[in-house]
Amino acid sequence: MFDLDRWVEIFQTLSKNKLRTALSGFTIAFAILLFTLLFGVGNGLKHTFEKQFARDAQNSVYINSGRTSKPYKGLQSGRRIQFRNEDTKFINEKFEDDIEFFSPNIQRRNVSVIYKNEHNTYTVRGVYPDYQPLESAEIEGGRFLSYLDLKRRSKVIAIGRLVEKDLFGNLSAIGKNINLDGFSYKVIGVFNDPGGDQDERYIYAPFTTVQSLYKPNDEVDYFGFTYNPKLEVDQALAFTNTLTKILKKKFKVNPRDQGAIRVRNYAEGTRNVQQLMFGLNVIILFIGIGTLIAGVIGISNIMVYIVKERTKELGIRKALGATPKSIIGMIMLESVFVTALAGYVGLLIGMLALKGLGASLEEYGILDPSVETYVVVGATIILIIAGTIAGYIPAKRAASIKPIVALNDN
Amino acid sequence: MIKIKKLHKSYPIGKDFLHVLKGIDLHIKEGEFVSIMGSSGSGKSTLLNIVGLLDEHDEGDYILNGQKIEKLDEKKAAILRNKFLGFVFQSFNLIAYKNALENVALPLYYKGIGRKERQKIAMEYLDKVGLRDWANHLPNELSGGQKQRVAIARALVTKPKVVLADEPTGALDSTTSESVMELLKEINDEGMTVFVITHEEDIAAQTDRIVRLKDGVIISDELVNKNVKITI
Repeated sequence: MFDLDRWVEIFQTLSKNKLRTALSGFTIAFAILLFTLLFGVGNGLKHTFEKQFARDAQNSVYINSGRTSKPYKGLQSGRRIQFRNEDTKFINEKFEDDIEFFSPNIQRRNVSVIYKNEHNTYTVRGVYPDYQPLESAEIEGGRFLSYLDLKRRSKVIAIGRLVEKDLFGNLSAIGKNINLDGFSYKVIGVFNDPGGDQDERYIYAPFTTVQSLYKPNDEVDYFGFTYNPKLEVDQALAFTNTLTKILKKKFKVNPRDQGAIRVRNYAEGTRNVQQLMFGLNVIILFIGIGTLIAGVIGISNIMVYIVKERTKELGIRKALGATPKSIIGMIMLESVFVTALAGYVGLLIGMLALKGLGASLEEYGILDPSVETYVVVGATIILIIAGTIAGYIPAKRAASIKPIVALNDN
Repeated sequence: MIKIKKLHKSYPIGKDFLHVLKGIDLHIKEGEFVSIMGSSGSGKSTLLNIVGLLDEHDEGDYILNGQKIEKLDEKKAAILRNKFLGFVFQSFNLIAYKNALENVALPLYYKGIGRKERQKIAMEYLDKVGLRDWANHLPNELSGGQKQRVAIARALVTKPKVVLADEPTGALDSTTSESVMELLKEINDEGMTVFVITHEEDIAAQTDRIVRLKDGVIISDELVNKNVKITI
């Protein structure tokens, strides 16, 4: 396949027909550049969505309580619904099969936290160990809470990465004692959370410890759980509807009362996001294919034109002894070479542009616009193949023209 | 070298056929310097194209260098052209973006000769036509006569059996024509078979044998030069 003479011949043809080479190269480079940019921006949008919705486990459900807004069964509206420990037990037992991780929660905002000279306020949550997967928190060092901590009502806490940073700077917080509202707690773990800064400024303590300190009775603020991941979105929604009904019945809340017991199922949101992402993917794909088709048509046109323009030259070559095969080979190799080179240039410019513009596009909701290398390389290969076919058809025709016809062509 | 028997050729024109060659019989031996004379439309160019394997005949026999030409595919025709035939055209047909040397070297490329060797041989032939100093010039920097001499060098470079010249002086003034004919004569003197097509009497008169064509048939075939070298 590799024939130095043939390449020398091709380089000569290309370099002595600069305009022609530049035009066809430009078409390809431009197509690949557009492809890269559009794909990159599309991916940037996707990244933004992903980040927006990556906060918690995607199958998480939260149950909050409030005041009733409708009178029901002789009870007046405006009654406050309060969850208690027995509800924890009730929900856990009733829906054992449908629930994966479960945790009641007590949340204290603006807890004054002191370590040596550093002082700040944070939100403290009393939770079960199951709360960690619910928040999709990841332990960076140490450990999360355990059931033993719960049983002993230990004064231990797991703190967010940013709490550690605020209070300890670059030092490790693990094993240190810090003061929360006047009580000393030992830091047993540091976690990070994909939910972002806010989620990384939480402090988690054993549920029992917090309850005994802040709640006079066995009150619970809210429940969080993840449903069994085997459930389809529709099944999960049906499950939470049943759960809502049962809870409303238990607390004697009007079934139409939306405020007293609120069950937030992330599945619905997840489904919407997934649909949105799917739509976005389709659009990106459509744009990509469209750009490629435009490029293919461009290179086809140019190849037809080039062959037409060279008909006489090809006739001369044939008269001098060029076989049809060598004519086809020459034109196609030229076509492939120009396409590959120009495609590479377009790819390079596109990638560099994305890198250069990437940061400044963030304020328009385009996060980290980038293209997977294999996608662009794939697109370039498609264009090369298209260029080859686009070159082959007219080359084949040119090669089969009788030399005498080609020579008479002006 | 070239044997033609009862050769017919017609071209389709719309639904009809234009019968261009109506039974040509011609025998050209090695080393002959032949001209085909005829007015336009007499079929002389068609004959040359068939002889040059640039076109196919419909009926009759054509034997080139002992090989019967029939149903040649493009590849075989290309190889035979490269091996046996050299072309000189009225409009020169040089490749515009290649310089004189590269134009002359091109047939050698298709013969599969290495680059250095090609350049060396091409330079020899350019020297032979007196254009060594013009080797690096593009065709549009050369005069008509120079272009035709480059074309002749290109026709000769593969050492063909026959040089076919289609109105080689048609685009040249009389002085230049003279020198081109001189060159063809020299080539013939070296033993090459030269086959010229022309409609000019004085050009034909410089060859050894004149074949006159009219309306697709040969009307006369005469030896004009007394110093004929051919041996029958």
